[in-house]
Amino acid sequence: MSLRLTGAVAAGKAVAHASRLLRLGGGTVLPGRVARWVFPPVLERLAASLEQVVVVSGTNGKTTTARLLARMLESGGIPAVHNRAGANLQAGLVASLLLASDVRGRPRCRAGVFEVDEATLPTVADALRPGVVVLTNLFRDQLDRYAELERVAEGWGWALGRLPSTLVCYNADDPQVADVAQAARRRLAFGIEDSSAGRTTLEEAADVRHCYRCGVAYRYEVVFLSHAGHYACPSCEWGRPTPEVRAERVRIQGTSGFEAELAWGAERLALRSRLPGLYNVYNVLAAAAAARCLGLSGDVVRQATESVAPAFGRGERLAWGGVSLQILLVKNPAGFNEVLRLVVPEKPRALLVAIHDRTADGRDVSWLWDVEFEQLCGLDAHITLSGIRAEEVALRLKYAGWPEDKTTVEKDLVRALRRARESTPPGEVLFCLPTYTAMLELRRILARAGAVAPFWED
Amino acid sequence: MDLHLVHLYPDLLNLYGDRGNLVALRERAQRRGISVRVTQVRLIDPLPPDADLFLLGGGEDRQQVLVAQALHRWGEALRSAVARGAVVLAVCGGYQLLGHLYRAADGRELAGLGLLDVVTEHPGHGARRLVGNVVATCTLPEVGSLVGFENHGGRTRLGAQARPLARVRVGYGNNGEDGTEGAWAGTVFGTYLHGPVLPKNPRFADFLLALALRPRYGPVSLEPLDDRWEQAAHVAAAARAGVRLG
Repeated sequence: MSLRLTGAVAAGKAVAHASRLLRLGGGTVLPGRVARWVFPPVLERLAASLEQVVVVSGTNGKTTTARLLARMLESGGIPAVHNRAGANLQAGLVASLLLASDVRGRPRCRAGVFEVDEATLPTVADALRPGVVVLTNLFRDQLDRYAELERVAEGWGWALGRLPSTLVCYNADDPQVADVAQAARRRLAFGIEDSSAGRTTLEEAADVRHCYRCGVAYRYEVVFLSHAGHYACPSCEWGRPTPEVRAERVRIQGTSGFEAELAWGAERLALRSRLPGLYNVYNVLAAAAAARCLGLSGDVVRQATESVAPAFGRGERLAWGGVSLQILLVKNPAGFNEVLRLVVPEKPRALLVAIHDRTADGRDVSWLWDVEFEQLCGLDAHITLSGIRAEEVALRLKYAGWPEDKTTVEKDLVRALRRARESTPPGEVLFCLPTYTAMLELRRILARAGAVAPFWED
Repeated sequence: MDLHLVHLYPDLLNLYGDRGNLVALRERAQRRGISVRVTQVRLIDPLPPDADLFLLGGGEDRQQVLVAQALHRWGEALRSAVARGAVVLAVCGGYQLLGHLYRAADGRELAGLGLLDVVTEHPGHGARRLVGNVVATCTLPEVGSLVGFENHGGRTRLGAQARPLARVRVGYGNNGEDGTEGAWAGTVFGTYLHGPVLPKNPRFADFLLALALRPRYGPVSLEPLDDRWEQAAHVAAAARAGVRLG
């Protein structure tokens, strides 16, 4: 028992308490910062009391995958500490752990499920000593922070090399993830087998991936999203590893969910989920693969999957001022294109796109030019544009051929939300597509209006 | 009038929104009744002999090595296109490859095409990357202010034959030291303002269009377009760098 550990825990808890009393926010990060200041190795010491730690990392799908997995563990009788509010840097991990610990720094749960920022993974791998690491995907995202994807992948490779007994569940369909996962001694691949759920061409030249072994462009038999699909190098032997955990018979049901069959060896599991889109098939697949590694039964996986509603801002639906709203977070071209692919077939009449360029969103908005806004053309819809970089989106839409008279630019999010609501015909859904901090702001506005619960209570 | 735009190696050099430049040039030409042909050139393709304007984007180190090899294979074709007046706009990684030399973070040296009298050195992965919003004043009086985002490890230095494209007001530019941003010589332009530099710098886009049309059509004056959103995005980008533009 360390005095400094208890001191750090006490300080962190006090900050969290004060933060809530003063209504400063969820207290998902600051308590962790304070605790680390009091006692730098606090993360390692708190995590050491957990019997099982699972870490989820990757560009997209971290929050939802970790949430699914935490629910699966809970259904299986193993409640887990979980940074569910999505604070996935060191301080956020510490905060979630100390809030789930008693005053002496002993976690009240046996297990922990943590989503970890992809660039942060190498810096926390030693402290967390995870038994299972889940790697979802690597897409171009926030390059102002991560510099280049290859640097992130190198960091992962280094971290996996330091975790020789860790089981790595990885996405076989993402060539870069599959390549880096080979650095792990124990690994298990997951992937989508049903080719009818994908397309035959890459949507963007930028998504082309070249063999990490010999440099030749991969040949794709099917593409599911961005550069994830069934690929093989035409020059060397390397190609998509055959996944042990597979999604078959995938049926996407618009923005309301999907059905799929999960296969593991000879075992088959029919699943239904309320999470929309192909990207959520990957999230369920990733969580299920990890759950099976942890010894959870198929029944538990199925029940938990069916019970999970979209995480905050990730397709959640709510009612506000007589309109139904669906919030779909957009962070990067891959995610934004998938969201458009989901929303467009619903023939939306009203959309709100809110683009901020704060640090957590990525300060560089260049990525908007890789989003296929051309998909929207032909819709009978009004688009309200908001956020700090609303003008850049207006310009992008103009160059995509979207008519200017069907666009309103209103940088202030409160006013934009009102305008967007006015533009929504009765009985129609207002689709809100915000970047990360715009999503948090949007939810705060809606929380004040009584439409959603604050995110830390989510 | 017609215009042939060539996007070089979009499968390798399109790190962040580079196709925005292509879209801006195409749209701005088409709105003036100029018919536009676009060719995407992949690694194994030869360069089209009749291109008016080449775009070269940015990529990660690994991709840059592959492109450097291709550029050497087709370097003569590009050089002779430039000699007959074709325009080249190269961004970030592409800009580095148009210089004499790029020394990568691991010390490996890539010989460039030497179309611009510049040399680039990456001081290593430990060194600070030059990242952030940029506001600069273009040395071409027709263009005025330039806004954009830079994100590069390499430091570029200009030789006597290259002129800076702009003087930095906010941001790092070529190397974070001498206040220069980008380079140009004749009809070849390089810049660190990556990805979609042309949509929100419409005067630069029009300058390049007119320059590309010149060899076949002589001096052309492009009719003004409704640039309300271009201007708004330009001003908003500058505002994020703390600069208030009229």
